[in-house]
Amino acid sequence: MSSGFESPVRVVGRAVVGTLLVAATLASYGCAQGTEIPRTASGKPDMNGIWQALGNAHWDIEPHLARPALALQPGPVVPVPANEVLAFGAVGAVPSGQGVVVGGEIPYLPEALAKRNENRANWVDRDPEIKCYLPGVPRANYMQHSFQVFQSESKFFIAYEYAGAVRDIYLTDPGPAQIDSWMGQSVGQWEGDVFVVEVTGLIEQTWFDRAGNHHSGAMKVTERYNMTSPDHIWYEATIDDPQTFSRPWTIRMPLYRNIDPEARLGQFKCVEFVEELLYGHLRKHPVGQ
Amino acid sequence: MEFLNRSSLARIGCVALAVGLASPALAQTQGDATQAWVLPRTPDGHPDLQGNWTNATMTLIERPPGYERALTSEQVAALEGDRAAFIEIHSADSDPDREAPPVGGVSWGDSLDDEASVLYDQTSALYDAASGGTGGYNIFYIDPGDRVAVWDGEPRSSLVVDPPDGRIPPLSPEGEKARSELEAQQAQFGDFDNPENRPLAERCLLSFGSNAGPPMIPNYFYNNNYTIVQTADHVMIMTEMVHDARIIRLGERTPLPAHIRPWLGDSWGRWEGDTLVVETTNLPRKQLNGNRNFAGGSDHFKVTERFTRVDEHTINYEFTVDDPAFYSSPWTAQVPFKALPDLVYEYACHEANYAMSNVLIGARAQERGAAEEGRVPR
Repeated sequence: MSSGFESPVRVVGRAVVGTLLVAATLASYGCAQGTEIPRTASGKPDMNGIWQALGNAHWDIEPHLARPALALQPGPVVPVPANEVLAFGAVGAVPSGQGVVVGGEIPYLPEALAKRNENRANWVDRDPEIKCYLPGVPRANYMQHSFQVFQSESKFFIAYEYAGAVRDIYLTDPGPAQIDSWMGQSVGQWEGDVFVVEVTGLIEQTWFDRAGNHHSGAMKVTERYNMTSPDHIWYEATIDDPQTFSRPWTIRMPLYRNIDPEARLGQFKCVEFVEELLYGHLRKHPVGQ
Repeated sequence: MEFLNRSSLARIGCVALAVGLASPALAQTQGDATQAWVLPRTPDGHPDLQGNWTNATMTLIERPPGYERALTSEQVAALEGDRAAFIEIHSADSDPDREAPPVGGVSWGDSLDDEASVLYDQTSALYDAASGGTGGYNIFYIDPGDRVAVWDGEPRSSLVVDPPDGRIPPLSPEGEKARSELEAQQAQFGDFDNPENRPLAERCLLSFGSNAGPPMIPNYFYNNNYTIVQTADHVMIMTEMVHDARIIRLGERTPLPAHIRPWLGDSWGRWEGDTLVVETTNLPRKQLNGNRNFAGGSDHFKVTERFTRVDEHTINYEFTVDDPAFYSSPWTAQVPFKALPDLVYEYACHEANYAMSNVLIGARAQERGAAEEGRVPR
């Protein structure tokens, strides 16, 4: 074929190959069979290590364009950064993100959507991350900080860098959570090679991101940790909260291992970093006055 | 090392899954309860220290005057009996018609006979400070331990066993100097001037400057609980208060730069037979100086911990503090950790730390009131 036109057969052929590749990708995505993942003594996928989500879900889990700041105020032509965050310049700008919500949008009930928008407009006052509050689930898993999994035959424990949050994921169900808490009560079980964790007993004060996305105290989160290679876990969390959303919805993203053998979980005990913000005005001699 | 292990494990692949489901460790723990206790072991053969533990005890860190290392059975009965009576009295339903407590409250110590009160000093002071005397914290909230520490069958009058007098040794001349510099620095401020002038526990930064350590010392008030998780290359110890996960690496130490001082220091462990030995350096002075149980430490503070599981319900935990730039000699304490059959709840402290605001607001109000009356606030 010297004419420069491709044979229709070859084009179709490429499409078929492409489809097969997609199918193969989906197959490996759904099942780890055939990939050499590390395993524990009892044969479970071994997720010990330091993990981190890349991408920009921690800014906003929905698809979004880059914007000048998390807090904006009206400008003469377009909105501009609010005074509280103006000094951060480009560092305070929000990078774009393709979103991690399956289907793109969170199916809010109308009132809950209005609250989300209000949260977003009042981000400086309302985001619990600003005050170094415990992040809740699933937010803890895709912040810009790492977390470390400690997995043995009898325990599955996650230590988070951010705020020193922790989760002891029970492998035996102790029954309904006796108290509500910031990180909730987690109960895990293996479905084949997938570690499935049900998180209940969550309080309503946590958010999903820095964009005001929220939930009620009735939320149940079902997480799926699916190790697809030695260094990757596909992470899914299904959010079930009929008080806030019209139907259950799911976020999905890869988690990446920090492959540096010398890697350590950093410490971000941010409580002392926010004392000035929270209590500065109550000092005997407030700073700068 | 970790990386090599993981790669070699990965080569086993999916096929191993079918054959590996029944783990020897699980089979062991499901054995007949009537059989003699057998030290449980992890798949790599080390003693299994995992689970929830508590080091709550009535035995104070230092030996009160007049006591031998070992308590007599009469002393144990008197001390534990008195604690049991206190708990029983304070567990009774409140009288709805009771009068308001006197100004300043009723001190716990007031209700004790002299013989027993000597071991209560620390607990009663804490209880009173936490407004127990006015009903702020009642017995429902506190869990200071209701047993003396027993080590290899010997009931103890102090956790410190070396020096043999059961007292933390005096400071070295360098330590005295550091301590007076610190006190001079602190004396610039009133106790309630700034959030940074409040204790670490009140700031929701670390237990009562005590439990997380290392060394891990009971706080004689509440929440002396721990969760231990063990993997091939790490031991993680989570202190309930304030959800601090100490990550202990096993193997050859990769030193941190001297100026990198995480709150819980840098811990490295190794197995010596069936004892886990953990050495920690790089503890920050802000942590050591905030410790309620000892006078502090220098940048050279080193603590060596030894964990030995001795029965189904007990880990013998021994630690030695070595800091010649601060203490005149090393000192060693022995603290039994007892199995905790309960769940450990989330200790979310900062998220509702209204106390910090209220303490500072109260101090400012007192200052204003004093200024109006033309006197100096206390």
